[in-house]
Amino acid sequence: MEGGGGGEKRTMKMCCICNQRRPALKRPKTLQQICRECFYEVFEEEIHRVIIDNNLFKRGERIAIGASGGKDSTVLAYVMSELNRRHNYGLDLFLLSVDEGITGYRDDSLETVKRNEIQYGLPLKVVSYKDLYGWTMDEIVKMIGLKNNCTFCGVFRRQALDRGAALLKVDKLVTGHNADDIAETVLLNILRGDIARLSRCTSIITGEDGPIPRCKPFKYTYEKEIVMYAYFKKLDYFSTECIYSPNAYRGFAREFIKDLERMRPRAILDIIKSGEDFRIATSTKMPEQGTCQRCGYISSQKWCKACVLLEGLNRGLPKLGIGRTRGVNSEPKKDDSQIGAKNIQSKPCGSLDF
Amino acid sequence: MACNGTGGGGCESGGGCYNDKNNQSPTQNNNKSTSDCNNNNNRNTCLKCKSSEATIFTGGEGGGRFCAECFRSNLYGKFKLAVTSNAMISPVDKVLVAFSGGASSRVALQFVSEMQHKAQKNFDATANRDRSLPVFGVGVAFIDESEVHPIASGDLDKAIEDIKGIVLNLAPPTKELHVVPIRSIYSTKTNDGKEMLQNLINTVTDATGKEDLLTHLRMMSLQKIAIENGYTKLVLGSCTSRIACHVLAATVKGQGYSLAADIQYADARWEVPVVLPLRDCLMQEINILCNLDRLKIVEVFNDSQAGINGLISSFVKVLQEENPARECTIVRTAGKLTPFPFNRIPEANVDDADLASQRRQKRFNLKPIESLPPEAFCPICNSPMSCYKNSQPLDNIFGATCCSSCQYQILPEEPSSMDQFYSFLPESIISRAKNGNEKWIREKIQDCLLSDGEDEV
Repeated sequence: MEGGGGGEKRTMKMCCICNQRRPALKRPKTLQQICRECFYEVFEEEIHRVIIDNNLFKRGERIAIGASGGKDSTVLAYVMSELNRRHNYGLDLFLLSVDEGITGYRDDSLETVKRNEIQYGLPLKVVSYKDLYGWTMDEIVKMIGLKNNCTFCGVFRRQALDRGAALLKVDKLVTGHNADDIAETVLLNILRGDIARLSRCTSIITGEDGPIPRCKPFKYTYEKEIVMYAYFKKLDYFSTECIYSPNAYRGFAREFIKDLERMRPRAILDIIKSGEDFRIATSTKMPEQGTCQRCGYISSQKWCKACVLLEGLNRGLPKLGIGRTRGVNSEPKKDDSQIGAKNIQSKPCGSLDF
Repeated sequence: MACNGTGGGGCESGGGCYNDKNNQSPTQNNNKSTSDCNNNNNRNTCLKCKSSEATIFTGGEGGGRFCAECFRSNLYGKFKLAVTSNAMISPVDKVLVAFSGGASSRVALQFVSEMQHKAQKNFDATANRDRSLPVFGVGVAFIDESEVHPIASGDLDKAIEDIKGIVLNLAPPTKELHVVPIRSIYSTKTNDGKEMLQNLINTVTDATGKEDLLTHLRMMSLQKIAIENGYTKLVLGSCTSRIACHVLAATVKGQGYSLAADIQYADARWEVPVVLPLRDCLMQEINILCNLDRLKIVEVFNDSQAGINGLISSFVKVLQEENPARECTIVRTAGKLTPFPFNRIPEANVDDADLASQRRQKRFNLKPIESLPPEAFCPICNSPMSCYKNSQPLDNIFGATCCSSCQYQILPEEPSSMDQFYSFLPESIISRAKNGNEKWIREKIQDCLLSDGEDEV
């Protein structure tokens, strides 16, 4: 696609886009040597193209930006407000954060989001696990230990974001998932044989049938470029890993993606392209959407996943709802002990956990 | 993977290789063997016959422990099921087994030969009676790649002697062996085939691209042997482990669309249909069998993989060590992708066969694949492409007829080297690009429509 580029005349080391300034960096995606200004320009312009080409937003929409205070969401908030102004999208932007209740991690990163609220002039809404579910992650971990805690956190976060978005009365939620995240998810779905997720995981907009559609403007944006952008722009972000899943983000599949990127930067985009092109029969049936009898959240079962997990916590049976279908929604099968042992987690904890 | 050791005794005597893992995780025994497990308290008896002592431990999908006899028949069973349920070999066929000297193709050769031997015995037993089945023919092909992978000529001669010995010692009937240099893809008119080939390979700068190009040329070479000698099927020894690596490699190279074409039991996009009877056999099992039966392996060319392919095989190897079912899962995932219409043995082949063989052939699971045929194939790798930009490609835009993956990793970037590259290509690739496979595709479409119509009636 981006064939030539560098193949032009070779003057004395100038930015190979503007040919006027000295290059300041090697662009991770293309290995072009470019200057800082051109980097900002191509980085932002690519995201703009993705937004326009995929019709991500409509004028007048209210959009929540899922903000954790980390690099991806901080850059997303910055770039979204920048593009909204520059290209006059006509969007009402909001920051939406989830407070999982993790001392020493989330409390600090929330401070970052609060600063972003002022820096970018975007209204912030924080929803907390404690308010929604009556439990903080600290309390959950104290009860169940460090195994499966990411399952709780993941299920709760999904619902928390939807509830926060509903409170803000937004039309869409944007998240900071980047190209590396998506490539990793494609690989993980192949490794664990999940054809249904494999067919969905490269969609740029998901949950259009649910309460609030989500989209990923960074679908084609490399993690390295996001870090680089944040670094050069001196954006204020929080960069500590979750204390309850150290190294989770550096899972085995992630390492593999990084190795591939080192050898062939385009591999990340190629994996996403493969994910989009896989010939998957559309007949894969989706479970019928209903509502949870307890909390009213969308659910294909009698109770939503969060309620099942909560029930387990409140009754002191934290294994309830972990692993495949068991517990409240279906007849118990076999013994519980081994399930989860060969579980490959994907985002939020992209580790291969055998 | 303790069992993989090529050193002598192998697993038969070892006894403990996968034992620990097996006992720790009973969940890995999948449905097939769960019931057996429950009834069987003795941990050391073979899962299958439940009488002999198990000496072979495969952590894989069967979660199995077997005695030597049952292990052998289990592995052969997987091969045979693949052959019969996909109509890979019919009695009137003449099959060419691609033999690299490695373990997988060695086992493929062994199994095909065993199958032929059994067919021959049946034939002999019923020869004087009516309606006896003809016995399919078997030939062996070895592609000499010494022009690309330099090797001392003494070593090559010895390897070829070894291969001759292997083929000679197979069960009767005797099999013809074709040892053909890879430069034979150039027509006999070009007497500088060797130079052209080396130039072609050297124009490719990407290590992965170079390796993949060689794979494509090898396939062309095998096809050529098959066509020239009247073979009707080409048997490859690709096993589950190999295919699992291909699944990830194709994904990483952006070939998600064409992937489903490469990993099926049958692939009739080639002039001589290609079949993969070892698709369900793990590398580990193949190595065990080679040790067990002292099947001789000839390591001719250094086949350590470079670039992306190398990275992927080491990744898969680690995954497999962590979970012995991983390779199967990967192949099973890719198996759920929609195959192409050419991923089955064409009906015509069966129609030509005489009635007796038709009647006796066990065929199930052979539903026509109802999906639209692709519009074009990449002239280099023969991958189906989802969209065809140019209906009548001209010489000077050869590049545009190639898939994006070949464009990136095989074609040169500079226009001048592109011309050179083009001049080094064998005629078959050029004509593939020129004709855009059109005639062939039209035939295929008609074929497809016809059989669809018949099914509806």
